[in-house]
Amino acid sequence: MRPVIYVVGFLGLIGLGAWAYRENYATQDALRQVSDLQDEIAVLRESLAVQRAEWAFLNRPDRLRELVTLNFDRLGLFPMEPTQFGAASDIAYPAPDALLGPPDASAQLGLGQSAPDLTALPAPVAPNGQP
Amino acid sequence: MTRIPLRPLARILQARASGANPDRIEQENLALRHHTLREAQRHQSQARIFLLAAAFFSAYALIALQMGKLAASEPAEPRSAQIGPSINASRADIVDRNGNVLATNLSTHALYIQTRDLVDPPNVAQKLAALFPELDEAALLRRMTDGRSFLWVRRTLSPEQMQAVHEIGDPGLLFGAREMRLYPNGQLAAHVLGGAGFGAEGVDSAEVIGVAGVEKAMDARLRDPASAGKPLVLSLDLTVQTTVEEVLKTGISMLSAKGGAAILMEVATGEIVALAAGPSFDPNDRPANPVTGNPDDSPLFNRAVQGIYELGSTFKIFAAAQAMDLGLVNPDTMVDANAPMIWGSHQIKEFEDKNYGPLLSVSDVIAKSSNVGTAHIALMIGGERQQAFLKALGLFDPSPVELIEAPSAKPLRPDRWPEIVTITASYGHGISGSPMNLAAAYATLANGGRLVKPTILHQDAPYIGPQVLSEAAADAALTMLRRVVTEGTASLGDVAGYEVGGKTGTADKVKKGGGYYQDKVINTFASVFPISDPKYVLIVTLDEPVESSGAKVKRTAGWTAVPVAAEIIRRTAPLLGLRPLVDPAAEPAILPVNN
Repeated sequence: MRPVIYVVGFLGLIGLGAWAYRENYATQDALRQVSDLQDEIAVLRESLAVQRAEWAFLNRPDRLRELVTLNFDRLGLFPMEPTQFGAASDIAYPAPDALLGPPDASAQLGLGQSAPDLTALPAPVAPNGQP
Repeated sequence: MTRIPLRPLARILQARASGANPDRIEQENLALRHHTLREAQRHQSQARIFLLAAAFFSAYALIALQMGKLAASEPAEPRSAQIGPSINASRADIVDRNGNVLATNLSTHALYIQTRDLVDPPNVAQKLAALFPELDEAALLRRMTDGRSFLWVRRTLSPEQMQAVHEIGDPGLLFGAREMRLYPNGQLAAHVLGGAGFGAEGVDSAEVIGVAGVEKAMDARLRDPASAGKPLVLSLDLTVQTTVEEVLKTGISMLSAKGGAAILMEVATGEIVALAAGPSFDPNDRPANPVTGNPDDSPLFNRAVQGIYELGSTFKIFAAAQAMDLGLVNPDTMVDANAPMIWGSHQIKEFEDKNYGPLLSVSDVIAKSSNVGTAHIALMIGGERQQAFLKALGLFDPSPVELIEAPSAKPLRPDRWPEIVTITASYGHGISGSPMNLAAAYATLANGGRLVKPTILHQDAPYIGPQVLSEAAADAALTMLRRVVTEGTASLGDVAGYEVGGKTGTADKVKKGGGYYQDKVINTFASVFPISDPKYVLIVTLDEPVESSGAKVKRTAGWTAVPVAAEIIRRTAPLLGLRPLVDPAAEPAILPVNN
């Protein structure tokens, strides 16, 4: 009985030794990886800071104003003025679609914004069977 | 273990044969057995004691070893325990209230020379001087060869410059990592931001420290590693600030002024939305502090905070508001306004020797800006109460705004307060303050009489100040300010839809030695808008402006500061999200529409 215990004990010891050896190197690997990652984070953080600074520099009000002036024919932007505020009642109702007739009629039919050529076809049947 | 019998038969028989007592044999054997048992027990106890001693020894040995190791080894942070992503040692960014970057950091390199590694000093000196125009070739060569081992060449390098230095290819040229402060918007908000420079410098790193403005005032907060990732949020609004600076700059050049300042402040919170001062500078390349001449000739001079001026008639509303608060007058009370007023050896006159009298209502005193009328109101109040009120409004103390220039800009006032000072102080002469002091005082009037504390930092919660003036008196004062614009001296300031109210102030500049200049003025327009629900206070101050478009040269605030302020309001109010108020009758009603 005793020799069996010894043999099992030794084998266990060898196994544990091998495990500890492996773990040791795995840990060192992980630590190296962490420090590599931290270096990478530092580099990325620095380039992020540079990008943020560049973004702020490219969006500085002076430059934006110059660009707006240069591209006035395409953008047509003006400085904001008090007259640009409007009332809700100044907004026009959407123009009725000539092919659909008055908007309320199409609303009753449930056609809504469907393309005009569909009206010529028989009313489409929805999956639930409602026209 | 074999057990020895106590009475072995052979010995008993032998003893019986010889006539001895066989019990002796038994006793002898018993004693022997006991002895053996005792010995075994002793061994066991000894082993236990030894084990215990060994355990204690190894425990203490372990502690001693660990102590020795800690004492002998280099201290190092355990690599696995580093808190990676949150460590950020650089100075915190500064952003505006919408998160736009106003100041950030950029990594760069400093250039230095180890002279003993230099191969060809004349060549290096020549090439460096060609690269950097500010370097003098001869001086550089002398410094390289006069025996010193180390010298700084430049504090910051752009990547292109660094590459060019690399291409010189001399092993004595070395680079040290640096972090520099960058203000991406250039001159924008220069007087608020101030600027930053290097503190203690080493080869591998250098401290970045604030040298002026909010950078210096909040230096501890910006450098605190615990809050390095969190930007400092200012109350400024980048867009509004740009617009205010643009209009002010145009105003200064059109009116040939020496300088100017504009402060736009939120009434409810005291937050400064825009603070501009002209002439301005680029904080990325901050000029050196002036050592000769007037400090206010330097572009570094922040007129909004450091400019201590007699603010003139803008003070009149304080006398009127206080008199109404004390119940001495109401807006329609007639007061003596018969000019000139003789007081002792002094003569109080009106602008251009006019006479608005003999009697004028308090409301008209403000609208027409009558010195004599204000003087009589101030005499009703009395010096003691007047001083107490002006102090409560913060006009006697440096502004608490978080700029390093603020605490040293102490308003000037006479030590003694005889009645003639009561009179002159009521219309803003003989007492000086900064535009920032005035902005806070006007904001207090606009805030229903609750004291407003000016701040440049975006606040989480509004500051609720003490009531220094009754709400009714503050409202009445605002109504008077509105009349100044609709029918008084600031008619050019009426921006359609924004109900501007305000008070002009034209003060002759004080000569250094005493007395006043005849043709140099400080013009101020302190305004509140919209009067029916005050949201913002705008102070515009111009230093030595001249309006010379007409036949007659005009130097009054109504012709200089007021149009500038009006343009600022017209441009910024929409940016601040204020809808213009239109005539209620003209506003189309929303009709119920049946669809």
